Amino acid sequence: MLSAQDKIFQNLHGFDDAFLEGAKKRGSWSNTKEILTKSQNDVIELVKSSQLRGRGGAGFSTGLKWSFMPKDTGKQHYLVVNADESEPGTCKDREIIRNDPHTLIEGCLIASYAIQATKCYIYIRGEYHYEYVQLEKAIAEAYDNNLIGKNACGSGYNFDLYVHRGAGAYICGEETALLESLEGKKGQPRLKPPFPAGAGLYGMPTTINNVESIAVVPTILRRGPDWFKSIGAENNTGTKVFCISGNVNNPCTVEEEMGIPLKELIEKHAGGVDGGWNNLKAIIPGGSSTPMLSKDVCETVLMNFDDLRANGSGLGTAGVIVVNKNHDITQVIERFAHFYKHESCGQCTPCREGTGWMFRMMQKLVRGEISPEQLELLENVTKQIEGHTICALGDAAAWPIQGLIKNFKPELLKKYNEKRKAS
Amino acid sequence: MSGNHPGLSNNFIRSGEKFEWSKENLNEIKKIISKYPKERKQSAVMPLLYLAQEQNKNWVSIECIETIAETLQMPKIRVTEVASFYSMYNSQPVGKNLIQVCRTSPCWLRGSDKITDTICKETKCGINETSEDNLFTVVEVECLGACSNGPMIQINNDFYEDLDQESTKKIIENIKNNIPNKIGSQKGRKSSENA
Repeated sequence: MLSAQDKIFQNLHGFDDAFLEGAKKRGSWSNTKEILTKSQNDVIELVKSSQLRGRGGAGFSTGLKWSFMPKDTGKQHYLVVNADESEPGTCKDREIIRNDPHTLIEGCLIASYAIQATKCYIYIRGEYHYEYVQLEKAIAEAYDNNLIGKNACGSGYNFDLYVHRGAGAYICGEETALLESLEGKKGQPRLKPPFPAGAGLYGMPTTINNVESIAVVPTILRRGPDWFKSIGAENNTGTKVFCISGNVNNPCTVEEEMGIPLKELIEKHAGGVDGGWNNLKAIIPGGSSTPMLSKDVCETVLMNFDDLRANGSGLGTAGVIVVNKNHDITQVIERFAHFYKHESCGQCTPCREGTGWMFRMMQKLVRGEISPEQLELLENVTKQIEGHTICALGDAAAWPIQGLIKNFKPELLKKYNEKRKAS
Repeated sequence: MSGNHPGLSNNFIRSGEKFEWSKENLNEIKKIISKYPKERKQSAVMPLLYLAQEQNKNWVSIECIETIAETLQMPKIRVTEVASFYSMYNSQPVGKNLIQVCRTSPCWLRGSDKITDTICKETKCGINETSEDNLFTVVEVECLGACSNGPMIQINNDFYEDLDQESTKKIIENIKNNIPNKIGSQKGRKSSENA
């Protein structure tokens, strides 16, 4: 279990002062100037060696991503922070933003310095109004105290930070859709290449990172990459904020060691499964897009990138959704199918048409009206959508259904047979 | 497909009244535009849609869109396109309290259906309807990002979390009686701590 002093977010739940005075007591801004005396390359190397992997879902090395930024181009570089937290099951960045915003602001300064960006935009989902107000207040404090702005922290580096509110589109969490949205357009993903590091916001070199990835950076540089690496396992290092929702006794958000066993996470922090561990049906481990895990996998799986992948799922955003036996698992996935249908941006045919079709099939599945042949067709179509769209929303819509069929096929067929017998 | 709240129409309509920026908003607009590069005024379209919506009693009329297009020197269709793509811009008048009930699986697993039923009963309006006294509009929405505090609803800007039927009923009653509600967890949690 993660010790109290190893927690990066000391005020995750907002029991202390969220603003500057409180943040300084927790160690934020203590030696930022000194950190900014390191060369940009050194900062990137330190983050690389901490083995920090992106906390937004894909799990790509944060330091490596920064190293893709071109150097000394003479162009305006941008850091864009993805605070569009919209993946069902995920509510971790919300706690960081509203209760410990200075970890994020300081991280923005350091990360921007590393990639030679003098401007940074934080794109926050529109529904997070309270969080937006908290963040703006914290940014104003940072400006007033010369922590950011001209000659930030007395380092000689000029840095401006702005917040841009989204307006209720899940797709804007996809990095290039987010850039489109920031440019004042519909949030429809761009084709890659060109990658944002080459041509991103306004066509300029841009790095896009998740809130948590950026907010842990100051502590990593302060305590050293070796400290960060000492938590968790090789290539799955550090602390992680998990959100636990659904059928548990105490749903919660908690910072833990990367790689904590899933069962321990549920039992220790969320008060166990509603109705007891044996009442567990399945767990979706990393937000709605990750395929579900059956109970026997949940017994032993570790909550990190590699172990979850080895078990046919993924860490995603670490939004853990627990489903017990009192609920129809097909309905859980049907609701997700409705979600993806609503959130498809409409750009690619397989996703635009496929999400609607899959939702209608899922409705039938809930009613027990899907024959074995149709079930096969459904699975087949999910595979036709997967990998055939500009962005990963098509994949994200397909995986939950694939996970359902993989884990509960006999049950789905039984449902059909029972319905047939009854009629 | 993306767009307005499920069920609410995606067609923007005319209000029949001229829309002009208030003095305060004209100042605010200057500040907003300065956040983006000079030649990239279009980036301000989303914040300006919010401003217009706020000034126009929580909905965006075609007149609002025309004014924004003029302010940002954008074609009207580009503003309309953005306004209709994002669900938080209301294309028609809504009640004084826009109630959004999260319907996605994490909230559903904890009884969001019952919350919807309670709200419809207490406000006397169906989903996607506005009550006769114009006090409430009820919509069901996709994940609002407070999953460890489900079931939850959003009323205008505020989240109400850890709901059950009783606390939901109380919130609606308070609104009817002009009594301010406590935002956030209705079970006494500070945020999403284990409690």
